[in-house]
Amino acid sequence: MSRIELKAVRKDFGNLGVINGVDLDILDGGFTVFVGPSGCGKSTLLRLIAGLEDLTSGQVLIDGRDVTELGPAQRELAMVFQSYALYPHMSVRNNIGFPLKMAKQPEDMIEAKVRKAAETLNLTAYLDRRPGQLSGGQRQRVAIGRAIVREPKAFLFDEPLSNLDAALRVQMRLEIMQLHKSLGATMVYVTHDQVEAMTMADRIVVLNQGRIEQVGSPLELYDHPKTLFVAGFIGSPKMNFISGSVAARYGAATIGIRPEHIQLGASDGGFTGTIRIAEHLGSDTFIHAESPELGSITVRATGNIEASPGTALALGFEASRVHRFDAQGVALK
Amino acid sequence: MARQTSPQRKLIVTLIAWTIGILMFWPILWTILTSFKTEQDAVLMPQLFSTGWTFENFGIVQERSDYLRFAMNSIILAFGSTLLGLVFAIPAAWSMAFSPSKRTKDTLLWMLSTKMMPPVGALLPIYLIFKDYHWIDQHIPVLVIMFMLNLPLVIWMLFTYFKEIPVDILEASRMDGAGVWQELTRVLAPMALPGIASTFLLNVILAWNEAFWTLKLTDVHAAPLTVFIASYSSPEGLFWAKLSAASTMAIAPILILGWFSQKQLVRGLTFGAVK
Repeated sequence: MSRIELKAVRKDFGNLGVINGVDLDILDGGFTVFVGPSGCGKSTLLRLIAGLEDLTSGQVLIDGRDVTELGPAQRELAMVFQSYALYPHMSVRNNIGFPLKMAKQPEDMIEAKVRKAAETLNLTAYLDRRPGQLSGGQRQRVAIGRAIVREPKAFLFDEPLSNLDAALRVQMRLEIMQLHKSLGATMVYVTHDQVEAMTMADRIVVLNQGRIEQVGSPLELYDHPKTLFVAGFIGSPKMNFISGSVAARYGAATIGIRPEHIQLGASDGGFTGTIRIAEHLGSDTFIHAESPELGSITVRATGNIEASPGTALALGFEASRVHRFDAQGVALK
Repeated sequence: MARQTSPQRKLIVTLIAWTIGILMFWPILWTILTSFKTEQDAVLMPQLFSTGWTFENFGIVQERSDYLRFAMNSIILAFGSTLLGLVFAIPAAWSMAFSPSKRTKDTLLWMLSTKMMPPVGALLPIYLIFKDYHWIDQHIPVLVIMFMLNLPLVIWMLFTYFKEIPVDILEASRMDGAGVWQELTRVLAPMALPGIASTFLLNVILAWNEAFWTLKLTDVHAAPLTVFIASYSSPEGLFWAKLSAASTMAIAPILILGWFSQKQLVRGLTFGAVK
């Protein structure tokens, strides 16, 4: 368990600034998720923490110790890669035991730790197989097993679930969260999937163009996005943005309203619209409507609603749920 | 779901495959069959069949020229030049695959471009150098020439194999605490070995069959099997059966080697996919 601090971290690839000055305190025992669109620098930031990339400037501290100049092994962190990165020529047993072997631990202790990790991850039956003989989910479990046997100071996950199919992803998500609970370890998790970020994190770091846009708990980001970028990135379906005269009415350059905060059938002070497409998910219905005042707008309605294209709608905003932004895209208080 | 294949389709594909296979193997088959014919049959009946099969060509060939010495030279030159090539090519391909610089692509292309020049273009200067230094028909200089000839190809092949090794796995081993030596011996080498093995084999075959330089730069002492075959194609006329016997004896070792290692090779080429 440990605390990781980043101080004024910069990383340039040639002339291109990938990480443009990041200060961040990753709390001991927390589950921190880096999220952002592809190319925002989230994986690079993780690799800088891991020691797989050198910093251009700035500092990385683990438990107060400056590790900026240390190699990956000396940082005592474990990483789970998107591609699993298992050793194809080794059995599952040797894959999981590899870091212990590198640390020159005695054979019987390695065997005991590998067994324990395999039990935790339901891999006992597969210990003698090669990675090539396992399914995607099992491979990812082996990769996690290889990480936990080392009892590292922190776990780094680089989009570990993006190669799995949707059902398996949900299951592995739960397993990783359970693992976090039972180990109480510091975990840093990179994903581009905001649903993963919302469900797993106690703290989300939203990155955009190599900078931190906002840091906060999932609900903080959902309820109080500080910028247009965060407002648009967190939440699914996406927040509706409206500018022009309607926004001016709220004293803002742009206002944002989430699809779930628009009421249907409100008669006073409301807007009108026509249904273009309705997506029935069973539990919810996403209505994509066209409004003369608002433009294209998405509304989240209950699952059993009758909604056929062409139907006229009356739309009203929950006043307390309207987010106001200035011309620079910064939230107004 | 498995793709459905009708019996007719299977039959047609099989027939086409066999036809292509036999066509490609035809010259070798013809040579091998001819080597068992009498000299008369070989000329009169250039088709496959013969009136009387015989082993005498092999006896005559062995009597007339020392097959074993030529074969030994072939082994020395083919294996020696290939091993020497690997010694230089592995580190070169390694660094180009795992820490490429801005010039890596150009370097690779430049190396390949040396193979585009017809070897005849370099014959005269190399021949003169060999003559002046009394290197002609000496094992080591010829071996070095063959090593240099195939080096670009060896590097290219290894480079493509090494490129296939996911960098993630190397990074994982670094995270797991492996030092440079352990990374090399425990992670990289086992994954690269199939690629190195196929490169080795292919290059041995190429070097074994290399005739242009060996014919010019060797004579007796360092002459490999290519020279041995060539010696049957002239002065006293054309002796197809003996020439065929010599050819069969020359290609037999490499054919057998290829046959036995094909399983390894195919396994090597499909091994290690992780994703």
